[in-house]
Amino acid sequence: MFAETPFVRSKRRSEAFAKWLFFAMSAAMVLPLLLIVGYLFVKAAPSLNINFLLDVPRRGMTQGGIWPAFVGTVYLVFISLAISAPVGILAAVYLNEYARDNWLNRMINLAVINLAGVPSIVHALFGLGAFVYAARLGYSILSASLTLAIMTLPVIIASTREALASVPMSFREACWNVGATRWQTIRAVVLPNSISGILTGVILQVSRAAGETAPIMFTGAVFFKAVQKGEVFAYHLNEQCMALSMHLYTISTQVPGVKESIPFATAVVLLASVLLVNAAAITLRALMRSRKKW
Amino acid sequence: MSAQAHIQVQDLRLAYGTREVLHGISFDIRHNEIFGIIGPAQSGKTSLLRCINRTIDFSPEASVSGAITVDGEDVRRTKDLFALRRRIGMVAPLPVGLPLSIYDNVAFAPRCAGMTRKTDLDAIVEQCLRQAALWDEVKDRLSSLGTKLSGGQQQRLTIARALSHQPAILCLDEFSIAIDPVTTMRIEDVIKELRRDMTVILVTNLTQQARRLADRTMFLWNGEIIELDSSDIIFGDQPRDRRTYEYVNGLFG
Amino acid sequence: MTDPSPQPTAQFSFAVRSARRPTLYVLAERSLTALIYACGISAIFFVVGIFLFVFKEAAPVLFSDRFSLSQFLFSEQWYPTSELNKRYGVLAMTAGTFSVTALAMMIAVPFGLGAAIFISEFCGPRLRETLKITIELLAAIPSVVWGFIGLTVMSKLIVQLTGAPVGVNILNGGIILALMSVPIIVSIGEDALKAVPDSFREAGLALGATRWQLVWRVLLPAAKNGLLAAVLLGVGRAVGETMAVLMATGHAVQIPHGILDSVRTLTANIAAELGEAPAGSDHYRVLFLIGILLFTITFVVNLAADMAVRGIRKK
Repeated sequence: MFAETPFVRSKRRSEAFAKWLFFAMSAAMVLPLLLIVGYLFVKAAPSLNINFLLDVPRRGMTQGGIWPAFVGTVYLVFISLAISAPVGILAAVYLNEYARDNWLNRMINLAVINLAGVPSIVHALFGLGAFVYAARLGYSILSASLTLAIMTLPVIIASTREALASVPMSFREACWNVGATRWQTIRAVVLPNSISGILTGVILQVSRAAGETAPIMFTGAVFFKAVQKGEVFAYHLNEQCMALSMHLYTISTQVPGVKESIPFATAVVLLASVLLVNAAAITLRALMRSRKKW
Repeated sequence: MSAQAHIQVQDLRLAYGTREVLHGISFDIRHNEIFGIIGPAQSGKTSLLRCINRTIDFSPEASVSGAITVDGEDVRRTKDLFALRRRIGMVAPLPVGLPLSIYDNVAFAPRCAGMTRKTDLDAIVEQCLRQAALWDEVKDRLSSLGTKLSGGQQQRLTIARALSHQPAILCLDEFSIAIDPVTTMRIEDVIKELRRDMTVILVTNLTQQARRLADRTMFLWNGEIIELDSSDIIFGDQPRDRRTYEYVNGLFG
Repeated sequence: MTDPSPQPTAQFSFAVRSARRPTLYVLAERSLTALIYACGISAIFFVVGIFLFVFKEAAPVLFSDRFSLSQFLFSEQWYPTSELNKRYGVLAMTAGTFSVTALAMMIAVPFGLGAAIFISEFCGPRLRETLKITIELLAAIPSVVWGFIGLTVMSKLIVQLTGAPVGVNILNGGIILALMSVPIIVSIGEDALKAVPDSFREAGLALGATRWQLVWRVLLPAAKNGLLAAVLLGVGRAVGETMAVLMATGHAVQIPHGILDSVRTLTANIAAELGEAPAGSDHYRVLFLIGILLFTITFVVNLAADMAVRGIRKK
């Protein structure tokens, strides 16, 4: 063995230093997540039970549960996805399978990129101007869902395109060579092999739509709405509803004298729903990777 | 009928962006002949085939000029592009098993054409797999995935798929790259059989393969036709162009 | 079409050549294709629609003589509900947005890029997967939950540690926004680093560079466009964020003098006042005008990010 020269030693040290520095930076991003989630759970513990989920808010929202808000969020999420998922998936199919490289499609790409960057509060303004007033839908679940749908659209387009692009080009060429039309190719080969990726993207949007507050605040979500405990069909499409995210905002900033653990428990329910949905999507993705057909 | 050419190519030019890969080539292919195309890599052989079945359309930067007619019909003005592609069977150099079952791989094209009766499809699948010398190996597992076959089997599956829409023209683009010599010989026998039913265009860089099979052979080099003549002359001692002799005898390329 | 081959052999039937697809099927496929085209083009309509509808609500006040655009942009006086002296100046809020965003980026850019470098260059595959999933989960936390964390957890910490009178201020909002924009910086930054060919790394290591030098001299310059895009997308996210800053930065409309001052951002201002402004009033319309301002800022930032990304692809 050679003796280590000072040069080599300093080189090795700087190597180790770099590794630890970057590791510390990554850890600094991950640790807060764990600490914060842990802290929220501890503070929420006194209120966390099944009755909190099923009960309605009582005494001017200072006590009781979150059922109407939870149901409202479920309504908003599913209606908005029922609108944005088909449009988004078809738009992605267009962009990935049909579009040629011309000015129109460059415009569409640009539009999708910018749609993704529009701030959520601007979506709220748009929803208010377009759906509540211009389309005369009023403050309603429908207006709020449409606003959310347009907001989630670009992300569904992006994730679907990624899933479609992962199907090798050679499969499409093989289909075209035997005289399949574009749609026959998509139907037989492209969609079946990207559907789990597409679904993953859509599921991830469930969590995004559930957490949004600004776009629904002025289009359909309301501070309080009387609903029976545990009632599932609590709302009509043309009326306003409560939503978990909005409820958390309200009870933590607007309502005085709320029992301390209730906002924490609300935050935990919202966070847990979102993270569970995400975990489901991540699991689905891992599963599909292990089951590739080629 | 057979006096008239099956495929006519006139002054075909093809450019990818600013790079021209075919510099105005013209030739005829006769009915039911085996037409060999030889030439080194990058000489435009595959691009030529893609012009004939118009899958060149999928390369957005490609621009084509000149005329290609199949049975007297200009392929660039055809009314039903998909019917045109079904008249031409195409086998790519690298095998592509579609991620479908073996049965569905072969039944895919007939189904796309609008064929639905199970008995017809069964007959076509069996016939094509037999012609591609694959039937005996896979007849007991037709429902397993085509992508799980070995490379050589996938290439024969690709050939079966190219036959499944019963083309009048079969283009084989260096089909033997991925298969062993024994299977290659079996498929060569099949090709000799097929010429009774269809015209075969055989692109190959194995010059001996063209010599064994082709009636006429074209030597394509850098996007130009160096020589086109009957295989006896191309592979004989005195082709017209010295470069043909040198290429065929392995002196360059 | 006449069959060109002279004598089809007995074993070869030509059923496929005469097969036709049912008309209904062909029509269904055509209408589906039309629908696909329509959905593709719809994206343009949505963006133009967003701009037009927001602009339509803002236009009456923009073109009225009660309002001046230079005052709107350059005055810090915001008195929308005053009886006698109405003022619609958003400079203080623009300053609020920029100060919070700048602080957030000062924290998020080094940490985010550091994490991206660690993930793409230094860690093993298992740790990488774990980190990527964690960062994905970090990105999934709703902004209102971040706001709530700012309001309850961070503000107490800030009061205790700095002795500031209120805990909801630029520092609070900056940290929260940093945590929110880190995931996007990490994931886009990692993509950019992954796009640097391995031959660069091998060449660097073959010359005896330490990995530290490799990162500093080779990877960062090679990936700079993608990293720039990552940072810009982070900025876009931070500028557009609403609920978290609404809850975490306090509510004072003022030009900030230090990071412990409370501010109000453009987004938070819309969220806070839109509910109270009567529809059709000047106040209401000015809030839409702020929306146009935000739309424009994020449009430019995203466009720049896209151009930076395109820069990588061309290489």
